[in-house]
Amino acid sequence: MSKTLLNVRDLETKFFTQDGVVHAVNGISYHVDEGETVAIVGESGSGKSVGVMSLIRLIASPPGKIVNGSVVFDGQELMDLAEEDLRHIRGNRIAMIFQDPMTSLNPVLTIGRQITESLELHMSMNRSQSRERAIELLELVGIPAAANRLDDYPHQFSGGMRQRVMIAMGLSCNPQLLIADEPTTALDVTIQAQIIDLVDRLRKELGMAIIWITHDLGVVAGMAERVIVMYSGFIIEAATVNDLYAQPHHPYTLGLLRSIPRLDEAHKERLVPIDGLPPDLLDEPSHCPFAPRCEFVIEKCWQENPPLETVADDHLSACWRDISEIRLELDAGPAGGAA
Amino acid sequence: MSEAANMNGSGEVLLEVRDLKMHFPVTRGILIQRQVGSIRAVDGLDFDLIKGETLGLVGESGCGKSTTGRAILQLHRPTAGSVRFEGVELTETSGPDLRQMRRRMQMIFQDPYASLNPRMTVGSIVGEPLDVHQLGNSKTDRQERVRELLEIVGLNPYFVNRYPHEFSGGQRQRIGVARALAVNPSFIVCDEPISALDVSIQAQVINLLEDLQRELQLTYLFIAHDLSVVRHISDRIAVMYLGKIVELAERTELYENPRHPYTEALLSAVPVPDPVVEAKRQRIILEGDVPNPASPPTGCNFSTRCPKAMDRCFQEEPEFRDVGDGHYAACFLNEE
Repeated sequence: MSKTLLNVRDLETKFFTQDGVVHAVNGISYHVDEGETVAIVGESGSGKSVGVMSLIRLIASPPGKIVNGSVVFDGQELMDLAEEDLRHIRGNRIAMIFQDPMTSLNPVLTIGRQITESLELHMSMNRSQSRERAIELLELVGIPAAANRLDDYPHQFSGGMRQRVMIAMGLSCNPQLLIADEPTTALDVTIQAQIIDLVDRLRKELGMAIIWITHDLGVVAGMAERVIVMYSGFIIEAATVNDLYAQPHHPYTLGLLRSIPRLDEAHKERLVPIDGLPPDLLDEPSHCPFAPRCEFVIEKCWQENPPLETVADDHLSACWRDISEIRLELDAGPAGGAA
Repeated sequence: MSEAANMNGSGEVLLEVRDLKMHFPVTRGILIQRQVGSIRAVDGLDFDLIKGETLGLVGESGCGKSTTGRAILQLHRPTAGSVRFEGVELTETSGPDLRQMRRRMQMIFQDPYASLNPRMTVGSIVGEPLDVHQLGNSKTDRQERVRELLEIVGLNPYFVNRYPHEFSGGQRQRIGVARALAVNPSFIVCDEPISALDVSIQAQVINLLEDLQRELQLTYLFIAHDLSVVRHISDRIAVMYLGKIVELAERTELYENPRHPYTEALLSAVPVPDPVVEAKRQRIILEGDVPNPASPPTGCNFSTRCPKAMDRCFQEEPEFRDVGDGHYAACFLNEE
């Protein structure tokens, strides 16, 4: 087994707003090994983005506050680190690429300037060295005629090309960990395929670990080694990618997989939606967050929130019910045959 | 090309689109505006819609799929071509006659946040089409109909006096559907109706659209960029690239036997939520970006990115023709 690069324990982030306390992340624990790709899956409001932003303390405060938790990166506790020292890690050893390449690039600076900025800051390179390196990086991410494009502005690039520029910026200081927050959601599928292919190639070449945040279970299946499923600020299931799809244990994961149409479906089958609405994060979590929408809910689900427990090798799930019972109910129940 | 892209003539044709073109002028100058070019958003489409079917229209952003939907409904006046709906030529219809036709054809929009007026109650949003078309004879008739519509789309009729901000994305999309249904249309253009919704909510809206189609005998033009969703809901699928339909076929046929390299690449790029399948799939990665629709390439539109391009593709434009059993494609590779 390879070495653990990132170890997150009981991370808890809340937002103190006028309407009340938003329980965005409610004590999540996970780890990422060196060179590994971990996907965090969840819907909007599940806490997946806030969860990773909290790792490098990129939470606007106020209203946000990391109220509890420990994040150990490469043997170093990040939560106790002075802002000054954390800045040497952010953008340098932990890099981040964001969802929307249109808004996360500065429109009034050339892309060359935006890439060289972090090189000069973190790697103490001079102008000509950093320019040289910027050209290398743009070539690495597949931008044609890189040397000529260095002095172009973001609006002169297409969406896919801008995302490549973002990736080049993320990679500029050879990070050990790359956090990608829905990097392909704003892109077309053929461009998405290019970007996924690129990131996977770079990971192999550079040996960095990746946390890939997405809501798309299809993308996850193709690229991640392990998957973490979040719901309402909790990790409700975590497993290796093959296990999660073949043997989902949590009713929410099961529901998600049954509710999405598959390109390779043989017959036109009716989708099985998850009833109800996503949870209101203003409510204090006291019972299982999925209980109001769960078809397999029992009395206990309303009384206590189930802990995340090992259910099989490398497989964690937070549910009071036994999966074998759920499967029996599924086979027998009306849900399977409902028209 | 005059031949109808019809499925072996089965069923009654509801909508007939021939050589539809929608070009937007590019102008320069402030006082005296000169036209210096045009964006060919939609550039010569031919297809039929059979009564009761769902035709899926897929393509990447900027390929002209939304413009097609709007040009059919005459929300944009087409530059050229013909759109016949229930035998009436829409491009030559205007004023009250066109308004009369709009009772038969409605639209559901992508963004459930932007497409509902935040200052109107749900009751007045859903009831507005009834007023426009003078369908609610009395106040009680109108109220009755609004309640009925809310029930049809699975909303509590008790919500009539609430405002859009009080609803979630999925519920808002249901309000949009109720508004479209208010005038009893036979044809609905669904323009990316689920892409703004959360994954767990998408299936609810897809199922609703399918139920309504069966109960009310609706015909859909379903526009989306998500091929998995389009394949699920459609009977036939048209694939668009840079203002043109490059392939049109029955849903299973298109998936199993694509006859255009763009369709092949598009299908291979869509991720499948199954790691075992994903590990085995061969992905065709297209190089580069979609060309600018103001200056499309000569020859085949796809030639600049096509992995199978031949010399001929850069000079001549392939014809959109039947390659067998109502499967249409525009590629020279289909010629022996």
